[in-house]
This record gives sequence, structure tokens and C-alpha cells, in this order.
Amino acid sequence: LRKNVEDFTGPRERSDLGFVTFDITADILNEKNGLQTFRNESTSIIFDWNVKQLFLYLSAEYSTKNNALNQVVLWDKIMLRGDNPRLSLKDMKSKYFFFDDGNGLKGNRNITLTLSWNVVPNAGILPLVTGSGHVSVPFPDTYETTKSY
Amino acid sequence: GWPRSGGIRGGAAMDLFGDLRRMNKRQLYYQVLNFAMIVSSALMIWKGLIVVTGSESPIVVVLSGSMEPAFHRGDLLFLTNFHDDPIRAGEIVVFKVEGRDIPIVHRVIKVHEKGNGNIKFLTKGDNNEVDDRGLYKEGQNWLEKKDVVGRARGFLPYVGMVTIIMNDYPKFKYALLAVMGAYVLLKRES
Repeated sequence: LRKNVEDFTGPRERSDLGFVTFDITADILNEKNGLQTFRNESTSIIFDWNVKQLFLYLSAEYSTKNNALNQVVLWDKIMLRGDNPRLSLKDMKSKYFFFDDGNGLKGNRNITLTLSWNVVPNAGILPLVTGSGHVSVPFPDTYETTKSY
Repeated sequence: GWPRSGGIRGGAAMDLFGDLRRMNKRQLYYQVLNFAMIVSSALMIWKGLIVVTGSESPIVVVLSGSMEPAFHRGDLLFLTNFHDDPIRAGEIVVFKVEGRDIPIVHRVIKVHEKGNGNIKFLTKGDNNEVDDRGLYKEGQNWLEKKDVVGRARGFLPYVGMVTIIMNDYPKFKYALLAVMGAYVLLKRES
């Protein structure tokens, strides 16, 4: 699981707005509870007979002066049983606005992006699984006024 | 069995009325007590679930299509609402907007938690274009822990359709209750 990002912050009234561009390379088929399985083990562990779909989401987690913990979902995707389980997305823009509750993005060095998914069964328990691999994104110290997103 | 007062009857309908006539007071009380026991046990199980899950409504029926294709109208959701469970992005929560009775099942997309445990979060239905701010109260931008009925932990498809049908067609509900009542009152253990 790999992600590469480039980013900058933009001024927006009272709250910081972050812009993140990212690549996602993921092989959902071979992930099990965040651990990568080796090739000689059986595949299709995630998409078994009782899995209807996976709801994938990329979330940014960080701390600010205002709030000890912040989580913002930047992007999501529904992966139905039968869809291609390999993701190879490049230069994606976040689907949702990355607003902070305050001004905690400026100069924040430690924003962690993680890919997780909600397993939706045909019937039964609804677990949330976090994929292995995460990327740390530092935001710059200044606001960007000229770049357009 | 109780002593019977004779006569050969033909046909199931005649038997039914025959049963009613043959039942004496004691038998009737016995049947009513049986019925009351069943109702009490059901209520106890429900209350027990409320205590064990920590949620005021541990089983809810999905009413709209805003979480499709994961959940459809008529699906049943099982909730827990433990006090120490933190609210995290990606979780499916059932909440009530202040002043409204209808529980809404959507996903948490933003969380801001302070050091003292104070949480505010934003939700959105998977199948909706925009977040839920339009559904919240006037001027309300975030949900808090107190608005949460529970977190969806498990689900069964279609099963909840029965309650939706009973709500939309009350005659069906009364008919069902009448049939159940008749069955319990007339069924006899010999």
C-alpha cells in the first residue's frame, strides 16, 4: 500500500483548508487485517462469500492546538464484490474539503493519511479494517494564495 | 386435559366455536396468563438488550436509501452504544437530530476531539452527494455524542421490512395482532 502526496494550504476565512494530491496503490485482495499475506497463502481472504462490498476511505488524522484528535475523510470509494480489487489511482484530488476546525493545518508536520475500509457483509458483523501502510504529510508554514487547485 | 362436554362436531370452524364454548373460566384465565407471560418475556428480552448494548434502541430498521448499496430500506441494524467507544471516521452511526424522532443511519466523515473527550463530528450518507449539515437543526454544524443512538455493528437484510409494512398499512398490523392473539388464546397444551 503506497501513497505519494504533494500539498499546500489555502486561506479560508477562519478555518484552514488543506489541499492534498495523492496516489493510491493498493492490492485489497491480498490484505488481511492490515497484515500482508505472502503469495503462497490462499488469496481472496477479504472478498469471501459473505462480503457484499467494501467501503474504502482515505482519512487524514492529526493533532492540533485546538483539538487533540482530528480525523477527516478525504476520499472514498465503494468496491463491490466482483470489482477489480487492485487500485492504482494517480494524482487524485480529495473528494471532500479538508477543513480543519481552526488553524491547525498551517505548519503541521504530522498529518497521517491512512486507507481503511468497512466490510459490508451479506448478513452479519460490520467490521472496520485499517490497511497496512500509511503516509505522513507535512503542511507548509505559510498559506498559499496563488496556486489554483 | 379438562373434562369435555360431549358431542361430535364436523368442520374446523365448528371445532373453534366448540372450543370457545367448552372453555370454562379457569381455562380462560390460564390462557390469558400464558399470553401475559409471553409478552412479559419478550419485553424483558428487549430491556435486557437495551442494558447490554447501552443503546436506547439496539435494533433499528433502515428507512431510506441514503446508504445504498450497503443498506437498503427494510434492512435491520444491530447497534451498540458503549460510553467508552470513541467515535471515529468511517464508522456507521445512528443518530437523532434534536427535536426529531426519526433515527438516521449515516457514516462519520469528520471528527474533531478535544483533550477532555469532547467530540464533535459530521456525517454523510454514502449515497448522498452532500454531507448531513442540511439535516441538522438550524444553525447546527456538528453532531455530539448525546445525539448518537448507537453504532452499527451488525446487519441483516430484508428482515425489517415487516415493521415498514406494518407502519404503512396499519390494517395489516391489526390483522396480524388479531391472528396472533387468537392463536395464543385458543392454543391448548394437553
